[in-house]
Amino acid sequence: MSDLYQLEISQLQKGFVDKSFTSVELMRSVIERTESVEGRINAFIDRDLESALQQAEASDERRAKGQSLGPLDGIPVGIKDILAVKDQPLRCASKMLDSFISPYDATCIENLKNSGAIIWGRLNMDEFAMGSSTENSAYGATANPWNLDCIPGGSSGGSAASVAAGETIVSIGTDTGGSIRQPAALCGVVGMKPTYGLISRYGLVAFASSLDQVGPFSRTVKDSALLLESLVSHDPKDSTSLKKKKESYSQVLDSPLRKLTLGVPKEFFSEGLDPEVKEIVASAIEWYRIQGHSIVEISLPHSELSVPVYYIIATAEASSNLARFDGVRYSHRSKEAENMLELFSKSRGEGFGAEVKRRIMLGTYVLSSGYYDAYYLRAQKVRSLIRGDFVKAFEQVDAILTPTTPTPAFNRGEKSDDPLSMYLSDIFTISVNLAGLPALSVPVGFTKNQLPVGMQVIGRAFGEADILGIAHAFERSHSYYQMRPNL
Amino acid sequence: MSKDQSIDIKYVADLARLELSDEEKETMSNQLNDILGHFEQLNAVDVSGIEPMAHTLKVHNVWREGDEAGSVFSPSVINQLAPESRDNQVVVPKVVE
Repeated sequence: MSDLYQLEISQLQKGFVDKSFTSVELMRSVIERTESVEGRINAFIDRDLESALQQAEASDERRAKGQSLGPLDGIPVGIKDILAVKDQPLRCASKMLDSFISPYDATCIENLKNSGAIIWGRLNMDEFAMGSSTENSAYGATANPWNLDCIPGGSSGGSAASVAAGETIVSIGTDTGGSIRQPAALCGVVGMKPTYGLISRYGLVAFASSLDQVGPFSRTVKDSALLLESLVSHDPKDSTSLKKKKESYSQVLDSPLRKLTLGVPKEFFSEGLDPEVKEIVASAIEWYRIQGHSIVEISLPHSELSVPVYYIIATAEASSNLARFDGVRYSHRSKEAENMLELFSKSRGEGFGAEVKRRIMLGTYVLSSGYYDAYYLRAQKVRSLIRGDFVKAFEQVDAILTPTTPTPAFNRGEKSDDPLSMYLSDIFTISVNLAGLPALSVPVGFTKNQLPVGMQVIGRAFGEADILGIAHAFERSHSYYQMRPNL
Repeated sequence: MSKDQSIDIKYVADLARLELSDEEKETMSNQLNDILGHFEQLNAVDVSGIEPMAHTLKVHNVWREGDEAGSVFSPSVINQLAPESRDNQVVVPKVVE
């Protein structure tokens, strides 16, 4: 029973119902596994073992009374350190919020609690979700479970690594430019960014408000579908939250996949793509063709502009959102300040790390007088063009298949002094955020060096069920989802 | 967005209320100019007649249906979060001389 941490949600629920094991036993197995590998992974910033075991006990009591709350009841869900959980630290992996304890629950956390899920720990990330490698954390870098010298991706690196390493069953993260899909691909797990507006962002510390979205991580597509069902809700506290009827994403997976037209954008298979990644993703696409789906080449001509557009819009929004961290009502306060202006600038100078400072500076600059039209306004116009490319493509296809990342996981330190080359590692994921579409990454193979490779499936707005179905069909015909890193 | 335009780090840091060390200013100056150089490619795009996009989906103004007040945090909760507080108020350096 010691390897309960390896199982997927449907197997765990069956075990609970059969009385083969309890939620407390599952939580003990997850904790034991975490204690044995966490020294090498560093996926967590905080772990409240007592609270996790109490929640597991409460779940077992509900089940004994026949009052189980559904498929997530008694399942540990790891939480990225950017989402508010009442009475738990909320640090955004920053010194700025070192001593902050959240007085309330984010709406998506409330939804998970109402589903009976065990809220498990605070997962490591790039500071304020700014980064692609989880090296920009005030609490140390996270390692990739498949190769401890490699980065796990980012910014939700702890969310991806903890799932891959068996330190939780599933987790949640956030995705502004690829921060769920990119680490999922590099750690060999499933990660999904839903349509903008599908999940409430109330209680998510804002980075770039027109792009941020919460989403699930798991070892199987079905587990992500189950988690998504709980996360989705209309929330009057988030004005961008949309009123949509609840869908049963996991049930859709039980019926066979209908024959689809799948688009492959030629711009995503050009120079800069690692040859091994290219070959693995191409053979995954070929598998769909053999299954009888029609594969068509499409063009997303403005996609190469997504990096500059993204880094103008995201940093502009970040410079405004992060103005609230000023050392006054909460957050780090400098002891050196002699007047109010110094209190702001010294507290911010001491509290923020290098990448956050860089993005605040960039965002402040592109919004500053004389530069607004040249940068921000122009970027918003090109954003319309990027979205237009997708609208046109979806007149012809049901979903789009691309590599999730241009390379497999790179070594720690390799890009940390070169921010531009780090930004370019997001090239395949950020256009999806700019267009507000749903997309997921699913493992489709391994390189010769045993590093995982992910394929991105992009859907129409609110096409979550479609892309989950597409990924699920591939997953169940291959054994990648059963592979585990050697830890 | 012309090439001879390099970023005035001190001015922007003042706008951002962000204190930077001399070393940070130097590193950042090089890195930001590098990044801004990459942004230049947007100049080549014809954007005439294109509407700027702030949001990806049609969002409408959300009006409140009633005036029911929700729950609010008690002063003690707010004070616990503040770096310094006294008599249910947040303490800051003197603002008016």
